[in-house]
Amino acid sequence: MRFVLKTNYGRDIDIFKHRAHAAWYIVLIGLLIIAPLFLDVFYETQLTELFIWAIAGAGLMLLVGYTGLVSLGHVAFMALGAYIHAILYSRGWPLVLSIPASAIMTGGIGVLIGVASLRMTGIYLAIATLAFAMIVEKVLAHWPALTGGHSGFRVDDPTLFGLSLDSSTAYYYTCLTVLLFVFLAVINLLRSPTGRSFIAVRDSEISAQALGVNLLRTKTLAFALSAALTGLAGALYAHRIGFLFPDAFTIMTSIMLLMLVVVGGLGSLHGVVFGAFFITIVPQIIAIVRDWLPTELVQRGGLEPLTFGAVLILFLVFEPLGFYGRWVKVRLFFSQFPLYRKKTFLRQKSYLKTERVH
Amino acid sequence: MLEAEGISVSFGGVHAIQDLSFKVEKGEIFSIMGPNGAGKTTVFNLISRFYDVDEGRIAFEGEDITKVSPHAIARKGIARTFQNVELFEHETVLKNLLIAQHIHKKTSVLTEFLFTPKVRKQEIAFRRKAEDVIDLLHLQNYRETTVDSLPFGIRKIVEIGRALCMDPKLLLLDEPSSGLNPEESEDLSFWIEDINEDLGITIVMVEHDMNLIGQVSNRVLAMADGKELTTGNPEEVRVHPDVVDAYLGT
Repeated sequence: MRFVLKTNYGRDIDIFKHRAHAAWYIVLIGLLIIAPLFLDVFYETQLTELFIWAIAGAGLMLLVGYTGLVSLGHVAFMALGAYIHAILYSRGWPLVLSIPASAIMTGGIGVLIGVASLRMTGIYLAIATLAFAMIVEKVLAHWPALTGGHSGFRVDDPTLFGLSLDSSTAYYYTCLTVLLFVFLAVINLLRSPTGRSFIAVRDSEISAQALGVNLLRTKTLAFALSAALTGLAGALYAHRIGFLFPDAFTIMTSIMLLMLVVVGGLGSLHGVVFGAFFITIVPQIIAIVRDWLPTELVQRGGLEPLTFGAVLILFLVFEPLGFYGRWVKVRLFFSQFPLYRKKTFLRQKSYLKTERVH
Repeated sequence: MLEAEGISVSFGGVHAIQDLSFKVEKGEIFSIMGPNGAGKTTVFNLISRFYDVDEGRIAFEGEDITKVSPHAIARKGIARTFQNVELFEHETVLKNLLIAQHIHKKTSVLTEFLFTPKVRKQEIAFRRKAEDVIDLLHLQNYRETTVDSLPFGIRKIVEIGRALCMDPKLLLLDEPSSGLNPEESEDLSFWIEDINEDLGITIVMVEHDMNLIGQVSNRVLAMADGKELTTGNPEEVRVHPDVVDAYLGT
């Protein structure tokens, strides 16, 4: 076991709790930097995709895991980010401007949706955001002058200051850089008063209010930031798929994103990475397993949603804190070995919580 | 300091509060007592602006607060606790105390994204304040414990600590002793006196425990069925015929 001697309050504010902690992350980032040297293109693009999912996941995690609001419409923000970026880029905006612009504009749309729908909570909010996603999908399909409609929209190859980012390696580094900045920004936000006010709203709206947190403002801010990050991921995704069409952004993507945050572990950024890993690897595993399954089953389709659904249910029943929760337990097991007590994580009976105003 | 003039509120056909007036002076400990359903907590919810008054007005430091929005009440300097404890359960005690300093934040989202030195300085100032409260209420052992694994008695104390972190001028305590054992209740009475005398915070509390009321409060408002029975010092109120009636029935 490790005991960290803290001699000033800064130690609790720092991102890394001790040297070894920082060292592990430096090793991880170092590995990611040298990975393209020995990985082949397939794995490289898979990792790039994982980074993009992680960015979108960080956005949704802010909303679902930290503010306690649910959204089934995040695919719409991803689509908006992708289309806005692709359109601006095709009109000659440089990449360094059009990507942030698409994130900001998506965030702005998030504010509008937030103001309109955040008086609702729970299932009602889920339905409202779902409706929003459907509207966006229809608009994208039926505005051919701007979006190309069903015939699609070709995304120009990415270039940065005259340097082509079209190769899978260059794009890998682009997405990795953006991901690191996004994570740093989100970590910073979460150790600041604004991040804490999100948590306050999640755990008890009534006392958040009594402590001076403006509920509507805080929720709208969370929604906007969440939308902006998802839009940013969408913009990166646009180059990843190279060709945009409305069917690339269906409700299934929203559900995948929600899966990502739940299976990864609500309320943790580690969970975002675990979740992103999960949703990129599962389709690959299915593709491999498919060869061994009877043909009638495979041809019927729906294997992927079925697997995702089953895994989601298993997690909700057996490990509501997701992969992150499991990771915490495994880590504790080794750090206390051989003194680990099985009951440490026994779920405690909590006091009855009612909806009424106390 | 706090003044209610002829406030009334009803929910459907239930007249929860009828024409209630009282005045809390700066620096005193003012208790509100009464049988269940008398409307004590409703009074708090009116002051916190969770409910709207139907008639009458509430003023704090001479300013009418009957139309102020609920989240703005904290900024005026009014903090409160809840009867059944409303802490942020999935977070540590320390985090709860830090969240409570939200109204004192001076940084914007943009600087927080970058975690500028100003944000760090503010974080350290918040932490100092939280540590002061931890020292006052002896919460050192629970700093890193998440609230959902704390016993109820400690949660009540943490909630008082959280209210103190706001640096309030007026503290509303909703049944601070309910769910505490006699020993904890006694500690509580000392803390309430300390908070009042050393920190100079005016306290209004809803309470059932006559012992606690007698020990700490300067004046008591007794109410039943949403109406005032009497107001006076604890000894007078305890033997007032209407109060005895309300508790024992006729």
